[in-house]
Amino acid sequence: MEGLMKVSSNPHVRSKLSTGKIMLAVIIALLPTTVFGIWNFGAHALILVLVTVASSVLTELLYELGMKKKVTIQDFSAVVTGLLLALNLPPQAPWWIGVIGGVFAILIVKMLFGGLGQNFMNPALAARCFLLISFPAIMTNFECDAYTGATPLAELKMGESVNIFDMVIGKTGGTIGETSMIAIVFGACILLLMGIIDLRIPGTYILTFIIFIGLFGGHGFDADFISAHLAGGGLMLGAFFMATDYVTRPITKIGQVIYGAFLGILTGIFRVFGAGAEGVSYAIIIANLLVPLIEKVTYPRAFGRGGERI
Amino acid sequence: MNKAGERLWNGLVKENPTLVLMLGMCPTLAVTTSAMNGLGMGLTTTAVLALSNVIISLLRKMIPDKIRIPAFIVIIASFVTIMQLLLQAYLPSLYRSLGIYIPLIVVNCIILGRAEAYAYKNPVIPSFFDGLGMGLGFSVALTCIGAIRELLGGGEIFGISVAPSWYVPISIFKLAPGAFFVLAALTAIQNKVKRAGEKRGKDVSKIQSGCSSDCLNCSESGCAKRLIEIDTTEMEKEEK
Repeated sequence: MEGLMKVSSNPHVRSKLSTGKIMLAVIIALLPTTVFGIWNFGAHALILVLVTVASSVLTELLYELGMKKKVTIQDFSAVVTGLLLALNLPPQAPWWIGVIGGVFAILIVKMLFGGLGQNFMNPALAARCFLLISFPAIMTNFECDAYTGATPLAELKMGESVNIFDMVIGKTGGTIGETSMIAIVFGACILLLMGIIDLRIPGTYILTFIIFIGLFGGHGFDADFISAHLAGGGLMLGAFFMATDYVTRPITKIGQVIYGAFLGILTGIFRVFGAGAEGVSYAIIIANLLVPLIEKVTYPRAFGRGGERI
Repeated sequence: MNKAGERLWNGLVKENPTLVLMLGMCPTLAVTTSAMNGLGMGLTTTAVLALSNVIISLLRKMIPDKIRIPAFIVIIASFVTIMQLLLQAYLPSLYRSLGIYIPLIVVNCIILGRAEAYAYKNPVIPSFFDGLGMGLGFSVALTCIGAIRELLGGGEIFGISVAPSWYVPISIFKLAPGAFFVLAALTAIQNKVKRAGEKRGKDVSKIQSGCSSDCLNCSESGCAKRLIEIDTTEMEKEEK
């Protein structure tokens, strides 16, 4: 034996991806829909996005400085949380809504549970639901300069007809980031091509949702009705960007399929039978809570254990 | 009299039933939508707690060990019924706003817990002050939670508007999740204050009633040991 072999503990195969790079990719993928939202809804949407992102990052920084912990804002996860939250706000919401939401998402949902990787539900969606319950009047008011009246989903719920072409492009009322299906799918394609997310969760989510709406939506498998449901509301944004969050989705492959199917059913229940027109955010945070159970059921068997004894 | 003061201090601060012992969570979370409701619930419970402690302490040599829980419940339920009728007669508005949670004081685990842990083993006067201290601790905690929820969720304290006109109420604090947020925050502050006191050398050891040792850091004495003893004696009897 000449010299020592290189000895190191596992893991031996490492990915070049780091948390910061993944988060940066998510931010880039969210840019099309963000830019579209700002273009669509005007300067106030831009202010809201900036305020929400800034308050999220600042909350994380101040908490970590105050608690004398390692500062982790350079991994961009707070930026992603703030951006996702801002995309979930109505365009005319006052600026302090973004501040309260950002502080709640980072401080209560993320940092108090141990920071990135420990949060048991998606911080951005938890903050959105917090705001929705706290300020229902502000959070469901989608009137702005460009659009007055209800969102397409609310119109659909009332039995009115909607313009599907406008919904796909995004020229409808709604939250800042949810209106344009094209921009969201374009961003999602970036993530899919980079391998950051795969189609397992969004695919099963959307497929289950289509089946549910077809069975219980009251219009059968009517292509117009189903595509209006797919293009309207936060389904696309939720399916590609929030249900696929690394921290709050199941790790196992079968688990991810179960999780996606569960999301589809829950969203369908909320949209068809619920009081409100939308239910994606509630569906995702409820499914987040079930992730530990799903993982427990689908936990792979260790090699050499179980099976038949010979 | 020193003993009485120690019991009061114990219930109010050292072993505050809501923020330290985490007992009686159901009324804590359910009725604290306003400071007035919290105070009403707290004082009602205090009256029941102090009086039931006295009676249980008086009867402690007569109640057989095996049926002590039903005996406690009968005594507690009598006092709760008395309080319920008194409230209905003299404070009907509070009676209406507390609703089902007044009869539910019977199953409040603070009362049963103090009967079991203190009044059943101690003389009358300390038991009375133990109940009073615990009840007042419960009242203070509930009033604080109620006041914070009322302030954030409606901009009022005790029904008096105190918030400036631009304030938009955060209505989640009037709902159940808000109760959890406020309770968690107050408990965290309490732990922080306690830890700061510990560093300065103050005696903050928890849960010393019942037996002489600290239940949180002991697996042998107190409740656990008692249960094991009962189990083993019963098993021995069955073997015979």
